[in-house]
Amino acid sequence: MLINMGPAHPAMHGVIRIVLKLDGERVVDAEVEIGYLHRAFEKSAEQGNYLQVIPYTDRLNYVSPLINNFGYTAAVEKLLGIQCTERADYIRIIMSEISRVTDHLTCIGASAMELGSFTAFLYLMKAREYLYELIEDVTGARLTISYARVGGVKADLPEGFKEKTLKAIQETRKVLKECNDLLTRNRIFVDRLEGVGVISKEDALAYGITGPFLRSTGIDYDVRKAQPYFGYDKIEFDIPVGENGDNYDRYLVRMEEMQQSMHIVEQALAQMKEGPIRLLPNEIIPGAKMVDEAKMGRTEGILEYKEAVVDPTLDGTGELYQKKIYPAGEEAKKVMLPAKENTYGNIEGLMNHFKLIMIGQGMAPPKGEAYFPVEGGNGELGFYIVSDGTDRPYRVRVRPPCLPPMAALHQMIKGGMVADIIATFGSVNMIAGELDR
Amino acid sequence: MNLIEIIKNHFPDLVLSSHDQCGDETVIIRKDGIITLMKYLKHDPALAFNMLIDLTAVDYLNMGAKPRFEVVYHLYSLEKNHRLRVKVPVEEKDLEVDTISDLWPVANWFEREVWDMFGIKFKGHPDLKRLLMYEEFVGHPLRKDYPHNQRQPLVGPKN
Amino acid sequence: MGIAAQEKIEKLEQSNLMAPGFFTSKLSEVVGWARKYSIFQFPMVTACCGMEYMSVACSHYDIDRFGAGFPRFSPRQSDVLFVVGTISHKMAPVMKRVYEQMTDPKWVVAFGVCTCTGGFYDNYATVMGIDTIIPVDVYIPGCPPRPESVIDGLIKLQEKIEKQGITVIPAPATVGPPNGGKAGIQFNQTHKMDPRFRGDDKT
Repeated sequence: MLINMGPAHPAMHGVIRIVLKLDGERVVDAEVEIGYLHRAFEKSAEQGNYLQVIPYTDRLNYVSPLINNFGYTAAVEKLLGIQCTERADYIRIIMSEISRVTDHLTCIGASAMELGSFTAFLYLMKAREYLYELIEDVTGARLTISYARVGGVKADLPEGFKEKTLKAIQETRKVLKECNDLLTRNRIFVDRLEGVGVISKEDALAYGITGPFLRSTGIDYDVRKAQPYFGYDKIEFDIPVGENGDNYDRYLVRMEEMQQSMHIVEQALAQMKEGPIRLLPNEIIPGAKMVDEAKMGRTEGILEYKEAVVDPTLDGTGELYQKKIYPAGEEAKKVMLPAKENTYGNIEGLMNHFKLIMIGQGMAPPKGEAYFPVEGGNGELGFYIVSDGTDRPYRVRVRPPCLPPMAALHQMIKGGMVADIIATFGSVNMIAGELDR
Repeated sequence: MNLIEIIKNHFPDLVLSSHDQCGDETVIIRKDGIITLMKYLKHDPALAFNMLIDLTAVDYLNMGAKPRFEVVYHLYSLEKNHRLRVKVPVEEKDLEVDTISDLWPVANWFEREVWDMFGIKFKGHPDLKRLLMYEEFVGHPLRKDYPHNQRQPLVGPKN
Repeated sequence: MGIAAQEKIEKLEQSNLMAPGFFTSKLSEVVGWARKYSIFQFPMVTACCGMEYMSVACSHYDIDRFGAGFPRFSPRQSDVLFVVGTISHKMAPVMKRVYEQMTDPKWVVAFGVCTCTGGFYDNYATVMGIDTIIPVDVYIPGCPPRPESVIDGLIKLQEKIEKQGITVIPAPATVGPPNGGKAGIQFNQTHKMDPRFRGDDKT
């Protein structure tokens, strides 16, 4: 019997179509069809300049948007050859790991719900809300944040972030312990997941699968350890590895990875150096006053000694913030926007701002290409950028981490029953935004 | 010896050029040698590239480069922890490249996507059809001469 | 309510047995009240807005307290179609088919700016607003909309359902391409049958 598991189907995972050839309840053959959420990311990225691509990257893997953002800006930085400051690196690590925890929470929650455990879903979503509140404090939005900038991040962490994060991590650990008690030794859960959706090591490598999928088969490949970026080599963490390559191992790998991610956040918060470094005695004045002084020609010492406090709504754009997280020097001027009080106050800042924002101007990396891999929630997320020397990217290619598991899905469900497809598909963690771009 | 030199010593007539920009080693080879090179890269014990990370293409129409398309392969070796990029220039009049889906099964889907987006055919591919767009779509969207908002709706007005 | 019942009610009204319109208006109010507090939605979740839909359906910003807590995943059993997330041209015939399969009375909520007007995806693959294909009742803009916006939209939908009462709104005859269907496939034929399902298979 030929049956269609069509695009609008009762799983909250996204749109996909599986054409099944069944013999009773057993799957004899399967074919997977994707492309129902193709939103032309790669074509849209060629239409604007380098900074205008960042909102599009948010919506690629929409459960862990910060990782995509940072992956893209790291690729552009590789092409330009600049390095962001240490504090910005630590901020990137912290936000990436928080995003990874939300990714795994959503994956486990949704797949648990499909197997019948609505309670675990509600508990995990409650934990996710704590993390969304944290992300909102830092970036201003819950989901589509556009937080990364080439050369750093948009703004520094707010006051009291460290305490809030530690409290949120504590609450998340409590929720994870509850869900562990509910699910890990649960007879129904284990029976449905163990031995189902098995993939062998050789197959996983041949299909180019990375991430928790590969780690559940026994190979410990993690981009954070193999090619460390953002300063991950200064932080200690383990990589959980499974044995059998079935759904149950993937669930356990994800649960353990969440614990490791929270451990990384705690270490990064402890290692991060606080506060700006001031060399000269200076005075702090309100930003509007600095602009007025500059306009009236009283510019002595304004750029070197005086620091300005800007309105909280322009957070992240004042010099006080920039000193902590933006790289200093001539190279930074080519990619980072100047502080607001400089933009309005003196002509150098205004010209710098103009050169970066207006159409036709903007950061122009040298002609060439670069590929930068980061560890996304599902595996190796790579950005391949080709530049032709103008301010618009010539080609932006995303290597989707969930495309190889989907290419291998037809092999994993053959021979199983129809109900096993739900369990396997849930553990693949297909994010349609990333698969179809 | 770094990777580019090893490959150049082994296949001196296949390699057209190479570069090392931003630390990524890249070789540009002739179209007909792709299968031999890939087999060598996969099976040679010193190189051992066992994972195909990505397979994509770039359209150089606006940059005016002579072979209009280039198919780009990213390879990674798990034991040796090194990466390589292989580029194959393809002329507009002869849009065919050999498939490598026997070596790495994931190339099946990647090549379908390249066919869908650029129109480059792969010889020997088991089932070359569109992956991301629907079958009734005419044209190849990621080419530079396809306007970015030209729609071909199945249902509803064309906006 | 059917045509015969409407005629009966009108006859009763005209027969001076009761105050004109009292019975019908009270019935209308009761039906409207019952309908608005028992919303069975069909969430067609495609993209990022799905995450906000999950947030709004869970314990933090509950929509169960508005009576909308039970998603029915079959179009035959639901009355509100929540279109959540971008609809591409490949998905549009599927969405139209699901809408046609729903039984009257039905309402459509366009959740997220991609469904209202297309968002910032002005390219070859996206439908710029689902109201070019199906009629929409409530638009909830935002990318993604905050859960408070979603609850606001839901309350507006409830007001609309309540006011509608027992009035029968005829299904729209032609919401389609203005040039008579020359863009692609004819309006009422949602998509070509996949050749594998045509019955040629011998199993």
